[in-house]
Amino acid sequence: MNIKQRSMPGFGAISWSGLIFLYAPIAILILFSFNSGPLITVWQGFGTNWYSSAWNNEDLRRAMVNSLVIASGAMLFSTFIALPAAIAMHGRTFKGQGTANTLLALPLLVPEMVMAIASLSFFTLIGLNLGIGNVMIAHVVFCIPFAYSPIRARLETIPAPLGEAAADLYADPRQIFIHITLPLLMPGIISGAMLAFITSLDDFIITQMVAPPGAMTLPVYIYSMVRKGITPEINAISSLLLVVSMGFVIASVIFNRKGQS
Amino acid sequence: MRNVKPLYLLSPFFIVIGVFFVMPLALIAVYSFLQPGEYGGVEWHFSWDAYTRLLFERDFDGKLTFNAGYLIIFMRSLMLAGTCTILCLLAGFPIAYHMATRPERHRGIWVLLITIPFWTNLLVRTYAWMLILRDEGLVNGLLQHVGLISQPLPLMYTPFAVGIGLLYSYLPFMVLPLYATLERFDWRLVEAAQDLYADRGQTLRRVIIPISIPGILAGCMLVFIPSIGSFLASDLLGGGKQMMIGNLIQMQFGFSRDWPLGSALSVVVMAIVMLGLMLIARKGEGTGGLV
Repeated sequence: MNIKQRSMPGFGAISWSGLIFLYAPIAILILFSFNSGPLITVWQGFGTNWYSSAWNNEDLRRAMVNSLVIASGAMLFSTFIALPAAIAMHGRTFKGQGTANTLLALPLLVPEMVMAIASLSFFTLIGLNLGIGNVMIAHVVFCIPFAYSPIRARLETIPAPLGEAAADLYADPRQIFIHITLPLLMPGIISGAMLAFITSLDDFIITQMVAPPGAMTLPVYIYSMVRKGITPEINAISSLLLVVSMGFVIASVIFNRKGQS
Repeated sequence: MRNVKPLYLLSPFFIVIGVFFVMPLALIAVYSFLQPGEYGGVEWHFSWDAYTRLLFERDFDGKLTFNAGYLIIFMRSLMLAGTCTILCLLAGFPIAYHMATRPERHRGIWVLLITIPFWTNLLVRTYAWMLILRDEGLVNGLLQHVGLISQPLPLMYTPFAVGIGLLYSYLPFMVLPLYATLERFDWRLVEAAQDLYADRGQTLRRVIIPISIPGILAGCMLVFIPSIGSFLASDLLGGGKQMMIGNLIQMQFGFSRDWPLGSALSVVVMAIVMLGLMLIARKGEGTGGLV
C-alpha cells in the first residue's frame, strides 16, 4: 500500500506548522542575541557585543562553572548507577523487578516542584550541607532514568550467542563483560551519559530550591536576570545554553545510531 | 555478569533512589501533618491544620470560614492542564500520524526534530515567548507596525499566555508516544477498511484512532502530569495573576514560610497524578517508550 492512500488531508500542513511553532521562538531568541542595540526586540544591526559582555560578566562565568561541575558529577554518578541497574534488569525476571521498574519511571512522573521541596526539606532535616554537592545529589536522582534508558535499549540489541561463544572459548564472566558486553554497550552508555548531562545542565526548578545562597547555576542566573528586567545579555547566554543542549542531543542520537549499524 | 545476583547490581540504584527520592517524598507526607515553624521549617506537633487551611481560613478567634482562594488556583491548574492536554492531542495526533506515514529514512529526522525541543532548556524556551508576547514584543510590534492596532494588546499575564507556554513546553510529550504507537500500526487494517468502502474520515475514526487509544492515553498523561505541576509557564508568562499549584507550593517554601501547607498541596497534587497513572495502568499499555 502506498503512502498516498494512508495520508490524511491537512495532517502535513499541521505537522509543518507544529515544527514552526516549536522552532520559531528558538530562532527568534538566537537572532536577537546578535542584535547590536540595547533594545531587546528592535533590530539595530548585527553585533556580537552581547556575547562579549556576557563573557566578561564574572557572576555569569562562575554560574557557568557551577553548572558544568554539577552536570559532570550528576552525569558520572547517574551513569555508574544506571549501568549495573540496566544489566540487572535485562533478560531475566526476579523478585523486586517490578519495584525497580516503578522506581525507574517515578522520578519522571513526580511534578518537579514537589520533588524540589521534598529534596529541600530532606536536606534541611538531615543537615546535609555540601554546597553545590546538594544540588548534584538532587540531580543524580532525576538523571538516572535518562542514563538508564539508552543502556537498557542497547542491551536488547546484543545477541546472546555472543556471550555463549566466548564462554565456549573459556572466557570467564568477567572477561566476557569487559571484552564483549562493555564495548558493545558503549554507544548506549555514552548516549545515556550525554542525556543525563544536559538534563542536569538544563534543570532550573529543583536547582533553585536546593542551591545554597550564592551558589548559582546558569539557569538560576538567567532566571534571576529575567526577574530583574530583560536585557539583551540574557538572549546571548540563553542562546548559548540552547545551542549546547541541541549539540548534545544530536551527538547523543548520532552515537546511538552509529553503534547500531 | 549473568551470574551476579540482580539485586546486588541494583543496590546502588535502590540506595540512592531510596534515600534521596522515596524518603524525601515520605517526609513531605509527614510534614503535611505538622505545624509551621515561625521561620520556615516545621513544629513537630501532629495536626490536620494544613489540610483544613486548603479550604478554610482561620480567624484570630479560631473560627473557620470558607476560603476559595486555593481552590480557585487548583481549578485553574486543572483547567489549564486539561486545555493544554486537549490542544496537544489535537495538534499532536496529526503530527505523529504524518511522521509515521513518512518513508523510513525521513522518520528519523522528524523524530529528532520533535525530540530536540524536549531536551532543550525549558526556562529559556519559556523566556523566548516573553520576547514574543510582551507589550513591546514581536507580536505587538508587528501589529502596530502594519497599523492594525494603536495600543499594544495585553497578551502577557493572561491565561492565553500561560496556555501557549504549556502547549509549547509539552507538545513533544504527546507526539512521541503517539508516534511510537502509530509507527507499529498494521496498515493492512487501513487497506481492509478501504476495501470495504470506508472513506478516509471513517478509516481514521473507526480503525486508526480506536487502535491508538493506548498511545493517546499515554500521551495525555505525559502532558497532563507535568502541566498540572508546572511552574515556569505560569510564573514567567502569567505573572502573579495566573498562579498554578506549582507556584503556590513554591510560595509556601519561599516567603510564605508555611512548609506544612506546601507539603499538603504537594500531597494533593501527587494524589491527582497517582489517580491518573492508575487510570492509565488499567487502560493503556505503558508510555510508548518515552519513559
